[in-house]
Amino acid sequence: MTMRRVLLRLLNAITLFALLLFLWQCIIWVFHLAPYVLPTPWAIARVVVQRFPALWSSLLTSAIAAGGGLLASIVVGVAIAMLFAQSRWLREMLLPYTILLQTVPIVAIAPLLLMWIGPGLFAVTLVAFIICLAPIIANTTQGLIGVDRNMVDLFTMHNATRAQILWKLRLPHALPALFTGIRIASGISVIGAITGDLFAGSATVGQGGLGYSITYALAQVQTDYLFALVFAATMLGFFFFFAVVFLEWCFLHHWHESVQTGDR
Amino acid sequence: MTIPLNDATQRPHVVLDRITKSYGGGSPILDDIGLTVRRGEFVSLVGPSGCGKSTLLKLIAGLTPLDSGAISVDGMTPANARETVSFIFQDATLLPWRTVSQNVGLALELERAPQEIRQQKVDALLKLVGLEHAAKSYPRQLSGGMKMRVSIARALSTRPSLLLLDEPFGALDEISRDRLNEELLRLKAEQGWTAIFVTHSVAEAVFLSSRVLVLAPHPGRIAKEIEIDLPYPRTAETRSLDAYEDLVALTGRTLRGVHGL
Ligand SMILES: Nc1ncnc2c1ncn2[C@@H]1O[C@H](COP(=O)(O)OP(=O)(O)OP(=O)(O)O)[C@@H](O)[C@H]1O
Ligand SMILES: [Mg+2]
Repeated sequence: MTMRRVLLRLLNAITLFALLLFLWQCIIWVFHLAPYVLPTPWAIARVVVQRFPALWSSLLTSAIAAGGGLLASIVVGVAIAMLFAQSRWLREMLLPYTILLQTVPIVAIAPLLLMWIGPGLFAVTLVAFIICLAPIIANTTQGLIGVDRNMVDLFTMHNATRAQILWKLRLPHALPALFTGIRIASGISVIGAITGDLFAGSATVGQGGLGYSITYALAQVQTDYLFALVFAATMLGFFFFFAVVFLEWCFLHHWHESVQTGDR
Repeated sequence: MTIPLNDATQRPHVVLDRITKSYGGGSPILDDIGLTVRRGEFVSLVGPSGCGKSTLLKLIAGLTPLDSGAISVDGMTPANARETVSFIFQDATLLPWRTVSQNVGLALELERAPQEIRQQKVDALLKLVGLEHAAKSYPRQLSGGMKMRVSIARALSTRPSLLLLDEPFGALDEISRDRLNEELLRLKAEQGWTAIFVTHSVAEAVFLSSRVLVLAPHPGRIAKEIEIDLPYPRTAETRSLDAYEDLVALTGRTLRGVHGL
């Protein structure tokens, strides 16, 4: 019964996808579009196969930059949030700066980084790190300080130390909020990696990421390859997002309501 | 100098000496409260919402500072007496990421009791409150009454001599509440702690207590003390005694009086 339902759903998805491709093809036929304006799905599939090694290498570079930036932002962001949770004074003084972090245009920062540390994977990772940091700090801090007063009193009644309150109460309580932050950051980490790459990616053959390859394909009017690159970037974002959702499920499903029922 | 043993046991358990309390320099919440609770007594506090009952419990627990006056618990300041005191809150305050047995073990864990001893105690406590079968469940899988049992088991895990209970059964239906009242008295008879209990239910207060204090609001003060001279052990039958019903009626009248009705 359930097996059949899964198969049916799969069939639906495949049919819809095929239909969309067909529609795409029709648009090209009807409007007589040139391949450099809108390549056919078939042409894109062909270029993916033909130029797979280069595509894969760009994808991998961007994945490393986005993933590295995301991981670093989680480590640093949680550490900063833990610091913020210790004192209201510190929080009120420094929180405005994390908002600044969120509003600073990354396209303006990237050339600066390029000037300071030169092009390459490190600079690109740094861009991804910077734009991931704000949502991690904001969400985790909220989770850490949003603990019920009575819970803190309970811990105090049993002579809990500050460290015990942090590790056994505040951090587990902040976990759902942290995952919300990571989910938001996972999407923008890919955007950060690609934007960073446009400015600060390495131009050495085989070392640039998706952003660099996109500029290159655009300059050469290789529209089919451009589409393949955009497709790869989308897939990367998808992969990150679902990896985070999966991890969230692993950590939270046995106790947290939102993961239990599936609605948020 | 050594204090003779009987002296120590006959010393009152909790003494409030002319205490006043306000939050952040505002108007006084509690004004000139004096109260002596003997060892092994069960004292209930009833009174209109906002008259400062929770505040009074928090003061005795040392969770919020006094304006003036003094509180002694076992001859110590509230903060120093904490090891002998447990607090039970209205919402069961369970940690949702911990199983029932991990929740019961929390207090012992915070006090760094060794793992084996902890497990033994937790198992015994779960049996005591009738939750052996739910040891591995998570709080979200429990009914309100079960959650409260977990909370009670956790509070008793550190072998307290004083229990502070702030409307622990306020969110339960009447049948569960009556059942838990009887169980609470059974546990008290076994373990002999002193209890200060806040409730909105006059019937509950009379059933449990040796003494009921009716508080009046603005500022909070003790309007009347009612001795409940029904013999312990009290059981479900106690509720059908005439003397019980008279005391419930009297307490109810007094409470309506301070409400200004
Ligand atoms: N942390 C706080 N800061 C400021 N005011 C407070 C605080 N806690 C309580 N109050 C105020 O003190 C008064 C007494 O509150 P308290 O919670 O002790 O009343 P209560 O008798 O327990 O009421 P209820 O029956 O509704 O639980 C209320 O007016 C409340 O607004
Ligand atoms: Mg209250």
